[in-house]
Amino acid sequence: MRTSFIETLCEVAARDERIWLLTADLGYSVLETFRDRFPRRYLNVGVAEQNMAGIAAGLARCGKVPFIFSIANFPTFRCLEQIRVDICYHEANVKIVSVGGGFSYGPQGYTHHGIEDLAVMRCLPGMTVVAPGDPEETRGATEAVAQAAGPCYLRLGKAKEPSVHASQPKFRLGRALMLRDGSDLTLISTGAMLAETVRTAARLEADGLSVRVLSMHTVKPLDHEAVLAAAKQTGGIVSVEEHSLVGGLGSAIADLLAESGKPFGFFRKFGVPDEVRQYVGSQEYLRRRCGDLYNLARSCVRLRRVA
Amino acid sequence: MTRDLDFIRELARRIRLHTLRMVHATKASHIGSCFSMTDILAVLYGSVLRVNPRRPEWDDRDRFVLSKGHGAAAIYAVLAERGFFPLAWLDTFCRDGSHLAGHITHHGVPGVEMSSGSLGHGLSTATGMALAGKSDARPYRVYALLSDGELDEGSSWEAILFAPHHKLDNLVAIVDYNKIQSFGTVDEVLPLDPLADKWRAFGWSVLEVDGHDPEALLAAFDQVPLVAGRPTVVIAHTVKGKGVSFMEDKLAWHYKSPDDAQLATAYHELGVAT
Repeated sequence: MRTSFIETLCEVAARDERIWLLTADLGYSVLETFRDRFPRRYLNVGVAEQNMAGIAAGLARCGKVPFIFSIANFPTFRCLEQIRVDICYHEANVKIVSVGGGFSYGPQGYTHHGIEDLAVMRCLPGMTVVAPGDPEETRGATEAVAQAAGPCYLRLGKAKEPSVHASQPKFRLGRALMLRDGSDLTLISTGAMLAETVRTAARLEADGLSVRVLSMHTVKPLDHEAVLAAAKQTGGIVSVEEHSLVGGLGSAIADLLAESGKPFGFFRKFGVPDEVRQYVGSQEYLRRRCGDLYNLARSCVRLRRVA
Repeated sequence: MTRDLDFIRELARRIRLHTLRMVHATKASHIGSCFSMTDILAVLYGSVLRVNPRRPEWDDRDRFVLSKGHGAAAIYAVLAERGFFPLAWLDTFCRDGSHLAGHITHHGVPGVEMSSGSLGHGLSTATGMALAGKSDARPYRVYALLSDGELDEGSSWEAILFAPHHKLDNLVAIVDYNKIQSFGTVDEVLPLDPLADKWRAFGWSVLEVDGHDPEALLAAFDQVPLVAGRPTVVIAHTVKGKGVSFMEDKLAWHYKSPDDAQLATAYHELGVAT
């Protein structure tokens, strides 16, 4: 994902002189292409995320479109108040990019696990929150975020995520992408859980279930239409994210369903429970610690049939 | 722009009068912090800054960032005095539905570049503006007014470390060094001295002035940038609550608002018959 991000950002920057890229001293072997092509619009501010966010706000107030980049929690949590005050309060045209969403940096431990970012970014006023599902969506997301007005958060995986889409899909902020249609349940995924979600759907289909899969790359604003249609047409939804069970995509969908006043069949969240912070291991291992998506989806459908 | 010292002194007096009235009417706080920087504001807005009240978003304007956002009342007063918006707006300070929050806000307030109120933000945002100015070869300068207390914030020092490396000689930091922060004197809470040496060690050119002497302040700003290729800091030695005898150098006036009797005394000291 990070490769398609930086390639796309270079394409956008070639067309749009307002684009800057700032890093807080991270992005080795990722950002060099931008640095070499646009040295006057590239800035390594040092290990100083608060200053980076403030500088970006100042640049934006003078007409620039700065992207600030770092790993997982550093361009988000470390400078959260700068994002809230300097960026969101001013509706500043700053794009916050974190690489390492979820357990991309699993073996590095909890400091490098990006598993609360969607919740926190989602509650900031005016913030668009985007977590593309694969490298193809990342291209569309990077372009869309660069063109959108105001603060945006772009959460990337790390490297070598598989392409789930056969080609670059038509990407629109706030519009979910349907990867397959179905009538028995809907799996709604955000971020790099997309590949696993599609695999799970295939297993469920082999069991005779008809499964809809949505890639909800934009967590805020949420695609209300797609969620409510899924609830109505497929009888139930399982949200899938590599993120805390609190405050992320699942919570956004839950809010919507509960407030819709419409029956929605079953709804379950697949995500990261509290205790997972204590574990160390690969992304695959840590995902397994979150439970089994296939079993969760099966049990939901079974429950509905009993009811 | 005028260099008329009488005009600047009268502007400062009027800022203090407006601020008194605003803080008294709404029982708001931070009058001491407003008064310590009032003369600096009067010099900047009376003489130094290239700004145009009729075109507050003019591309080549100098930028002023009030990092110590709790000094909001004074900056609203000077902006109103300079015609950025009607003086009558000052009566809405801190009122329901007003744009004029107790910590400086840009929303709906012409002439305010950045909202602040959480400390340690302003120098970074000013630095971003200075970078943009250099990048676009614009002639403007960026001024950021900091409190001494907010130099406790690590983020302030991130920006102090950054600006000289990028040769931002269009950036001017001003420290309102009144030596009182919110819970005690700076020396009691977290001493800053030798403050000038600290900035120098980080690569800034440093000027120290009496922050209540318009002539000295003007002379200091005239010298900016002291050294080409370096940002400048003006360390302004000030007195909290300056201008009203019973407020001067008193911690309590960080928070208090004057009662009716204190208001009358203060007006009298500032030369208004009551």
